[in-house]
Amino acid sequence: MNSFFERKYIIQGIIIAIAFIIIARLFYIQVIDESYILSANNNVLRKVVVYPARGVILDRNGKVLVQNEPVYDILVTPREVKNIDTLLLCQLLDIDKTEFDKRIQKAREHSPYRASPFEKMLDVQTFAVFQEHLDKFTGFQAQARTIRHYPDSIAAHFLGYIQEVRDQDIEKSNGFYRLGDYIGASGVERSYEELLRGTRGVKNQMVDAFSRPKGIFMDGKYDTVAVSGDGLVSSLDKDLQVLAERLMKNKLGSVVAIEPSTGEVLTYVSSPGYDPNLMVGRQRGNNYMKLLNDPSRPLFNRPIAASYPPGSVFKVVAALTAQQAGVINAQTVFNCPGGYFANGARMRCTHVDGPTDLIKSIQKSCNTYYGYVYARMLDSRGISTPEAYTLWREGLTKFGLGSPLGIDLPGEKGGNIFTAEQYTKRFGSNKWKSTYNISNSIGQGEIGITPLQMANIMAIVANRGYYYRPHLVKAIGEKHIVKEEYKEKISSGVDAKYYEPIIEGMSRAVNLPGGTGYAVRINGIEMCGKTGTAENAHGADHAVFFAFAPRENPKIAIAVFVENAGYGGTWAGPIASMVIEKYLRDTITLPKHLQDRIYNGNLIPKVEEKKTIVKKSNTLSDTIKNKRQTASLEDKKQIFVHHSQITR
Amino acid sequence: MNNQNTSFFGRIDWITISLWFALCIIGWFNIHAAVFNPDSPGLFNLETNYGKQSIYIFTALIIGFCILIIDQRFFISATPVIYAIVILLLIAVLIVGRNVGGNQAWIPLGSFRLQPSEFGKLATCLLLAVYLNTQSNKTPNITTLLIGCSIVLFPVFLVMLQPDTGSALAFFSLIFVFYREGYVSTKFMVLGGLAIVLFVFALLVPNEWILIGIIAIISAIALYVNRQKRKHIINICLLFLASMVYVLCVDFAYENILQSHQRNRIDIILGKMDDPRGQGYNLNQSKIAIGSGQLLGKGYLQGTQTKYNFVPEQSTDFIFCTIGEEWGFVGSVTLIGIYLFLLLRIIHIAERQRTTFARVYAYGVASILFFHFFINIGMTIGIVPVIGIPLPFISYGGSSLWSFTILLFLLLKFDSARKGLSTS
Repeated sequence: MNSFFERKYIIQGIIIAIAFIIIARLFYIQVIDESYILSANNNVLRKVVVYPARGVILDRNGKVLVQNEPVYDILVTPREVKNIDTLLLCQLLDIDKTEFDKRIQKAREHSPYRASPFEKMLDVQTFAVFQEHLDKFTGFQAQARTIRHYPDSIAAHFLGYIQEVRDQDIEKSNGFYRLGDYIGASGVERSYEELLRGTRGVKNQMVDAFSRPKGIFMDGKYDTVAVSGDGLVSSLDKDLQVLAERLMKNKLGSVVAIEPSTGEVLTYVSSPGYDPNLMVGRQRGNNYMKLLNDPSRPLFNRPIAASYPPGSVFKVVAALTAQQAGVINAQTVFNCPGGYFANGARMRCTHVDGPTDLIKSIQKSCNTYYGYVYARMLDSRGISTPEAYTLWREGLTKFGLGSPLGIDLPGEKGGNIFTAEQYTKRFGSNKWKSTYNISNSIGQGEIGITPLQMANIMAIVANRGYYYRPHLVKAIGEKHIVKEEYKEKISSGVDAKYYEPIIEGMSRAVNLPGGTGYAVRINGIEMCGKTGTAENAHGADHAVFFAFAPRENPKIAIAVFVENAGYGGTWAGPIASMVIEKYLRDTITLPKHLQDRIYNGNLIPKVEEKKTIVKKSNTLSDTIKNKRQTASLEDKKQIFVHHSQITR
Repeated sequence: MNNQNTSFFGRIDWITISLWFALCIIGWFNIHAAVFNPDSPGLFNLETNYGKQSIYIFTALIIGFCILIIDQRFFISATPVIYAIVILLLIAVLIVGRNVGGNQAWIPLGSFRLQPSEFGKLATCLLLAVYLNTQSNKTPNITTLLIGCSIVLFPVFLVMLQPDTGSALAFFSLIFVFYREGYVSTKFMVLGGLAIVLFVFALLVPNEWILIGIIAIISAIALYVNRQKRKHIINICLLFLASMVYVLCVDFAYENILQSHQRNRIDIILGKMDDPRGQGYNLNQSKIAIGSGQLLGKGYLQGTQTKYNFVPEQSTDFIFCTIGEEWGFVGSVTLIGIYLFLLLRIIHIAERQRTTFARVYAYGVASILFFHFFINIGMTIGIVPVIGIPLPFISYGGSSLWSFTILLFLLLKFDSARKGLSTS
């Protein structure tokens, strides 16, 4: 019966062997192989990014331009939604039942166990009501975060906006940004992104197999804290900005005011603007599309990206560079018979000035005078005209023309000044003379400058020969750091003594009866300024007024640009005058009827009509209207100068 | 043991009962850990798995006590009836059973679900013991073997219809019983072992002809060594031919007979397939849980894999993950030690029986427990394919706990009463 007794040893042997195989295997995966503990941590740990608050931006007097405001996202975990008062929830969030079902369904597709966004960016008021009922809505939770808020709805083009990062941003950032992060997309938000964004923190969140959060790993031992972004102090004066934006309402154009002694931009208006609050919150997408499709292009950053023929302001630069070159001096007199007629070129003035010296040429904005100046600069220097032209152009670039000034905003354009080579190519040989492009003499033709460059010219004149790069951020962070590039004093290449006749001419244009700016003079403050007109090939001319004040120890230099406004004195002058007086004296003494006309004026062109502005005729104006010439040597070129014209 | 002690409790094998109780308690604690929700630790709750398990353990104690006080002759005479009832239940489950996870293995009885296949092993063991006991005067013969096999294979056939391959495979562990009783030879067991090894190699080696070549070389060496013995030469040649046919058949059988999920599980174990998110998810997470326990474990209720539900079925089939993660290598080896002790103890008990009946039954118990122990733990650490069978006394579940308890306590009853049977 027990003949097979010995077989129990074999069976026991098998059992023991198997037990040891299991133990050996356990020893390997538990004690030797370290990879499993890593896998377990990977399973259970999620690095949750803690977003820092973005830096706040203040104006030069410490008033808030942009700050952060709490908003609330409502998240839903579909599995946990049970027996809730759907009707009440829909009422509180202002949605209907079908929308409710749609969102729940969408969240469920994402994950039934995980919290998905149900409603984004509830404002504080809406959320306060919702929160009272939140405990009744099982499966719903609120999550606070901050968005940008602009208390005065101003300076949209300066401040810019933030948006969710795009794929190329993520690639460029070397993995810094992740999907869903926000990044400064325009304006100062973009140019100071690295400072404003702050440092993100990381929380080691534990999750279960369905990615549901389950507390903090090791009580936060390995977590890092989020550090808020640096604050910025802008050079803008908030009150001045508000005023300038009100003045520019319903007009196209720019207002740029600079503090000459520092290069700090005091006012930066691109009109039409938009409320920067439109670019945050729930309606952002719709608002953005609306702005994008608006024919008046509110997203276009005119002060730095629009390029206009400068018109009269250019005479200031021409007079200064010509003096420095020694081709004229303060006593140089040219006779103005009502136009410049030389070598077959005919460029008419609006008036007959007779013998004209330098001061008078600025005061009266005499085209003839600058025709002669240009001819001397190019044709009478003992070198070939193209070489002389290159020298002439060099003088202009020292005034910041022809290339970007380097303001701390993205998208700055440099305007345009042809090189000698470009003209040689256009005219087919280098035998060309000043008469070929005589319109350059008065800032027409191929010359294009930005409103910012125009304001900067005024800053140079106010400083009598130098400038600081215009900038919009005067201090960074708690230590109020100023970027090195904005501390550098840049010379215009024209000695200080040559400025006085120019300044005198500008002062007379405003403060002498009959001057183009006499209507907008400020009692008690010697403002030096000039009206100007920029030609517009597509419609009514653009009105320009540029000025600085006071004459001695100037505090503000300004350029006002109103598109399609025709004559500069009518629209641009009062705006400049009011901004200057407001800044210097904090009051406005300009006659009431002038103020009202500006506030109520509407110069936005109707979309279908090319010309909606009736051109005003004024004998004091030096408005130039020009049909853009595609000048070639043989072509008949015409520059219309109001009552007169020239032909070649 | 002191066999001279005539008192009722004195004759019971208390060591086995202690081991049984230890396993039950280990199981209960780990089920608690497996279902533990860190968000709402709460108090003892009968609704949860560990709450229910405590009821099952308590009932199992009562059942065990009842078995010990009932006369063993009752069980022996009732064996055919028990077997018949279980067979009927196995048929019934195919008709009224509830389908859980693809297996029609459960009969719902109120809130409780009965799994007849768990009791099938018990009934089969009993009937086999009774039958072989009647044949104990004859020398082992083929007729007895075939009838014995039929007793085993009939429930296997019914269980396969569910189809619950894991439970069905457990019946095959009873081969040890036939081996111990002399119905199959050692040679047969060795050949069986070789067949398993060849099966694995046939799947691992991409070209079966390479494998056949290796077998041929081994055969040639064997022939050279045994060149003087004519009988051996014939055997070796036959063995070689059989191996060749077998190897060629394995691939065919593998592709055509096994179901795709079974193929996948085998592929994963053999490392031929890597799919940690899909087919291999359970195994991968299970290995991560056990492996991350390291030497000393993360501590009770501290297992992150366990707490946060990364391992599926962790209170039932994958309960060993919880032990491995929270108690580490030390805890796992302790548990394996307890099992090993229990199994060897049962064999010790088996060998001291005077009757074929009790010995066969004891070996049956040892075989079934051993199979469950090996396959269950083996699958969680990736040395055998994933086969859904519980870890006896530890996995959550009433059917499994009760059937294993009855299995074990019947043995203790037969053991304690062996004096009375000494006449046969």
